[in-house]
Amino acid sequence: MAAGATREGSVAGTHAHHVAHHFDNAEQQFESGKLGMWIFLATEILLFGGLFCAYAVYRSNHPEVFVYAHRFLDTTLGAVNTAVLICSSFTMALAVRAAQLGRRRQLLGLLGTTIALAACFLGIKGVEYEQKWKEGLLWGAHFHAKLAPSPPALPQTLPPVPAAAGEERSLIPPAAIGPAGLARPGRPTVAEGSEGPPHDVQVFFAVYFLMTGLHGIHVIVGMALLSWMMVRAGRGEFGPAYVTPVDLTGLYWHLVDLIWIFLFPLLYLIR
Amino acid sequence: MTGIESGAAGFGQGGNALGRDNYLNHERGIKSWLLTRDHKRIGVMYLVVILSSFFLGGIFAELIRTKLLTPGNSALMKADTYNQMFTLHGAIMIFLFVIPGIPASLGNFVLPLMLGAKDVAFPRLNLASFYLWVGGALLALGSMVTGAVDTGWTFYTPYSTTTNTNVIMMVAGIFVLGFSSIFTGLNFVVTIHKLRPAGMTWFRMPLFLWGIYGTAIIQIMATPVLGITLLLLIAERALGIGIFDPALGGDPVLFQHFFWFYSHPAVYIMILPAMGVISELVSVFSRKHIFGYSFIAMSSIAIAVLSFLVWGHHMFVAGQSTLSSMIFSFLTFMVAIPSAVKVFNWLATMYKGSIWLATPMLYVLSFLFLFGIGGLTGLFLGALAVDVHLHDTYFVVAHFHYVMFGGTVIAFLGGLHYWWPKMFGRMYSEFWGRIGALLVFVGFNTTFFTQFVMGSHGAPRRSYHYQPQFEAYHRLSTIGAYILGVGFVVIAVYLIHSLLRGRPAPANPWGGATLEWQTSSPPPHDNFESTPAVGDPYDVEAWTWDGAVGGFVRRAPAGQPAGS
Repeated sequence: MAAGATREGSVAGTHAHHVAHHFDNAEQQFESGKLGMWIFLATEILLFGGLFCAYAVYRSNHPEVFVYAHRFLDTTLGAVNTAVLICSSFTMALAVRAAQLGRRRQLLGLLGTTIALAACFLGIKGVEYEQKWKEGLLWGAHFHAKLAPSPPALPQTLPPVPAAAGEERSLIPPAAIGPAGLARPGRPTVAEGSEGPPHDVQVFFAVYFLMTGLHGIHVIVGMALLSWMMVRAGRGEFGPAYVTPVDLTGLYWHLVDLIWIFLFPLLYLIR
Repeated sequence: MTGIESGAAGFGQGGNALGRDNYLNHERGIKSWLLTRDHKRIGVMYLVVILSSFFLGGIFAELIRTKLLTPGNSALMKADTYNQMFTLHGAIMIFLFVIPGIPASLGNFVLPLMLGAKDVAFPRLNLASFYLWVGGALLALGSMVTGAVDTGWTFYTPYSTTTNTNVIMMVAGIFVLGFSSIFTGLNFVVTIHKLRPAGMTWFRMPLFLWGIYGTAIIQIMATPVLGITLLLLIAERALGIGIFDPALGGDPVLFQHFFWFYSHPAVYIMILPAMGVISELVSVFSRKHIFGYSFIAMSSIAIAVLSFLVWGHHMFVAGQSTLSSMIFSFLTFMVAIPSAVKVFNWLATMYKGSIWLATPMLYVLSFLFLFGIGGLTGLFLGALAVDVHLHDTYFVVAHFHYVMFGGTVIAFLGGLHYWWPKMFGRMYSEFWGRIGALLVFVGFNTTFFTQFVMGSHGAPRRSYHYQPQFEAYHRLSTIGAYILGVGFVVIAVYLIHSLLRGRPAPANPWGGATLEWQTSSPPPHDNFESTPAVGDPYDVEAWTWDGAVGGFVRRAPAGQPAGS
């Protein structure tokens, strides 16, 4: 309490205008903002939760599709992108620290780096999307890739698939009758051991584009927020007494990062 | 003369502030309203737009009922128009009126006052929620012009992905409305956590706040799932994503699961704040401390938790496995327990109280009666075997109208009449208030009780044509709808009249012990002239009628003069 009082005392006159009239003090305002942001992040997780749920349902309905189709994704690019996002989270965390210490130039530099890494992520994602687009590996009705009869003869532009493809199978046993209440298993899938692509490969790409697309939109929103923070940091609004907006933007950015960390293994590293 | 002095002069704590500075005249001009961050003004603006939506949805209802006077074709509307009409009635009433109804209008106005706070935690976000509501409503209603949706308010696939009406626009509107709802809930949760005054522990909060809190939790946790569902529906229609299309390996029943994962909890978004209102009113108008405070409070949370576990009861006949149906049926029955805990506590509060049959109390009694019927018929539908017979009949229509209308709307009206003097500083005509409550009660029962009978005889819902054997029921139901309409016209007339000519209201016209009655009517811009003392919110017996004030004043503690 004493610390809070001195903190308030030290900022009186210069930053007191940051405390809205209905809050008792800066402490209460900061805590309210933080709680609000955490709740908002919970709603974001639930928003993605719907897609994770759809992923679970379709993967259990069509396990062979997921195992087959994920090999069209470029694991190297995915891994690089994961590293890029983790680095951006690191620079974001440093940016919050810089704001707390009142180092304006450092804060601007770190926010700029974070935005650059985010742009890098989107660029790599764009390369991946373009590849899929060219090959017709698209969602639902737009899927028009010519799938070779057996995995080793994939379209030429793709790296060769490991020879072990034949025995590569999902560890999740296919649901015998499908989760009750959801769709019946649909058309019969390819018989055990037979060659050739399974039916409904487009289901995987529908899920892939939905999940990465929604994530991509969040990255763009994050970049907008970070740019706004740069503008405000440029005006010198942040200092030891007032870092709430940078802090909250940081929380959001870490969530965007975290969601990708779940997407990467779920989509790229299926076994 | 300052307000404090006038209070000391015996006009009650703050008294009437119409002639003084209050939130209504603190700033003037349309801009001061449209850009306000004052929770009271935002609450009033919500009230205006929400009641307008209610009016629009009501017009559609009356048109639907008028068509149903005859079993065959009607000159009033074609079958396609009829489909669009009941879809719009449902979508407007659910998404524009009942869901935001109590929390956004009454909740916004009352919640900070009950906490003795100056505002909600995020006033700017509060205004943003309002404009999200407006934007979402315009989008949703815009679909009326660009191709009114005919899918029913549930937008079931695959029909909603193949109909040529403008589903995308309607669904996008509801997506935006969902954000409005999320932000309102978020705001309220943070406000209740962080802005409670010293001395107001969780179990000394008014029960209305517990209701709002439970609601806010559901708004935060369920609405995002609706958001993603609607996005998927938009993606399905706009991009052919195939996720709900069986021809592309998708699963249309998954849509139903997603949709009801939100929309069943949404039923509790509608009813929990209503229960909160009833908890306040029943104590005040029985002039007696609430009975079983902690049970009522915790049952709100229990309902909020259970609400997430029962969505499958909407799919008993949609190919769900028997095992899941049994589990969902069991959980559905579980919801009856906390609901009944509340009802019995309200009854126990009334027991040996001195019941004052003012207009708000008439709505409380209506609520207990109608919600009782609505809740118990829910058990019929939750029972697996009975549901096979009753699903998609008028029985279901009657059931949810008893809960939504008999529960939420009646409590909303009760709350509106209860807080009206606080909101606008004027009393309405008590005589006409009672007439209005009576007309609504009679009209509602005539309309919907008939539909229980008709439904149990197998009359299918949502159909334009019906078999001649149901004609008598439909006619009776339509007559009820007209009585209901007249009731609402009466209410609208005397409430508007009260705004212009009503007797100035005292600070505490009903003898409530919660903090909002300790400021003037209407409250000043900053809510309280001095920080109110937090006490027991149900200590209504400490307030006594004072003829000189025309309202209630605090009973004098021993050795002190009254009214101080």
